[in-house]
Amino acid sequence: MRAFTRGTAGLVGFLALGEVATRSGLVPRASLPPPSVVLAGLAGLLADETFLLDVIATVLALVIAVAVASAIAVPLGLVLGGNPAVRQATRAVVEFLRPIPSVALIPLALVLLGSGPETKIALAVYASVWPILFNTVYALDELDGLLVETARAFGCGRLRVLLSVALPSALPFVLTGVRLAATTSLVVLVSTELLTGGNPGIGEFILEAGSGAGRMDLVLAGTVLAGILGYLVNAAFEGAGRRLLGWSALTRGRS
Amino acid sequence: MPTMLEVTDLGHSYRAKDGVHEAIGGVSFTVDAGELVCVVGPSGCGKSTLLRSIAGLISPTRGSTTLHGSPVQGVPDDLAVVFQDYSRSLFPWLTVQRNVEFPLRRSLGRAERQARAAEALDWVGLSGVGGKYTWQLSGGMQQRVAIARALAYRPALLLMDEPFASVDAQTRFELEDLLLRVTREHASTVLVVTHDIDESVYLGDRILVLSGAPSKVVADLTVDLPRERDQITTRESEAFVTLRSETARLLHGGRPRSTKPVTSANQAEDGQTVASRWADAERAETGRRATTT
Repeated sequence: MRAFTRGTAGLVGFLALGEVATRSGLVPRASLPPPSVVLAGLAGLLADETFLLDVIATVLALVIAVAVASAIAVPLGLVLGGNPAVRQATRAVVEFLRPIPSVALIPLALVLLGSGPETKIALAVYASVWPILFNTVYALDELDGLLVETARAFGCGRLRVLLSVALPSALPFVLTGVRLAATTSLVVLVSTELLTGGNPGIGEFILEAGSGAGRMDLVLAGTVLAGILGYLVNAAFEGAGRRLLGWSALTRGRS
Repeated sequence: MPTMLEVTDLGHSYRAKDGVHEAIGGVSFTVDAGELVCVVGPSGCGKSTLLRSIAGLISPTRGSTTLHGSPVQGVPDDLAVVFQDYSRSLFPWLTVQRNVEFPLRRSLGRAERQARAAEALDWVGLSGVGGKYTWQLSGGMQQRVAIARALAYRPALLLMDEPFASVDAQTRFELEDLLLRVTREHASTVLVVTHDIDESVYLGDRILVLSGAPSKVVADLTVDLPRERDQITTRESEAFVTLRSETARLLHGGRPRSTKPVTSANQAEDGQTVASRWADAERAETGRRATTT
């Protein structure tokens, strides 16, 4: 509770500082509206159906991207983590592909996939695969050999060991990977919407509010909402992790 | 009693930096059904390697193992292993009950599995903790869960690798008695690997003494104690003390006094080393009895 009070105090202080800075003329009001105006704008937007549809479009794309990325990266991670030979063979390709910024792939994706929502989803998937993949691979490195021996001694074959020992044991790491992937996904989705336009989404809304009318209060309101979404996604995964994988924190804390 | 396990000339060597290291140098022995046999050996003599070879977890470089008549290739179906490190061999994401059910998942339906697990937990005095997680239990209780899991599997052979080396002395005594009780109640065939001489005498019907690497069986001692054992009276009995000294002497490379050696392990060793170890063992003994050599 104390942490919550302090967190709230910090947030209020930050907003107050912004309010003072903008209202005193330290920062030009036209380019950076005070927080009160931004928040009022956000409140108005939440009642606006087109804006809500934009938000839903982005959230839906986020859910799809994370689900698809997990479905690709977790099995792939199990294969790479469980087979050192495959891992070595793919290492060069993986290390080449991983540092490529998703946003740099926008032109390519537009040509390949057109300008529909599948483009931004594909790019978000691309960005999301890496944290999940690497966390899964590292989790298999951390897998306790004695757990595997125990399962093998009870007659479990390779596949069974993979599914009923390696996978559950890797789950806390995997979930951390998915959490990181979700926030990365959100950044990529909003960026792609902003850069390509033409598709409903928070990024598109920000792009339109900023161009022409130059409504910086609405631009910032959209940005704040994207931030809130990111925060909620992260908190949801952390909460799920604590609930489902309590054994992990406790056993790790002890050893 | 019929022979349950037969190990013939089992050897294991692995490649080390400076050539090939021979961990096990040809070990042969048998274990009868219903017997509890302890394997003692100096540390680093390949006891765990021997156990893992018998379990089929690693393939020995030579020799063969048969379990109730059929040759062992890979991990046999009806064999269970209890490891020393219970905290790393129980699955932390499963409850106690589900840990015990784990090996039964392949062969049994849900209801039967649950019944068997509950029964095994009852044998080790842990009925009622099935819903807890293993890491919520004390070390001794965790090892009891591991024993229950092995027993629930109803193995033809139960292998134990230093099962009580990680618990405190008091718990260790309790677990030793528990093991004797449950394995006798179910006529289990058990092979316990230990470095603890007292434990091997207390638990075993027979003791196999191994030499240092490359290990061979130095002696196969029959434990001439009543099957009913007691932590206080058994340990102070003359037979126990004699057998313990005998085992200690053999472990230190000495010649057996009362039992014929199965193989002459001393041949492989440098005479000087054997002689000096022998002297060390004797010096350690002089406080208790007169030197006879």
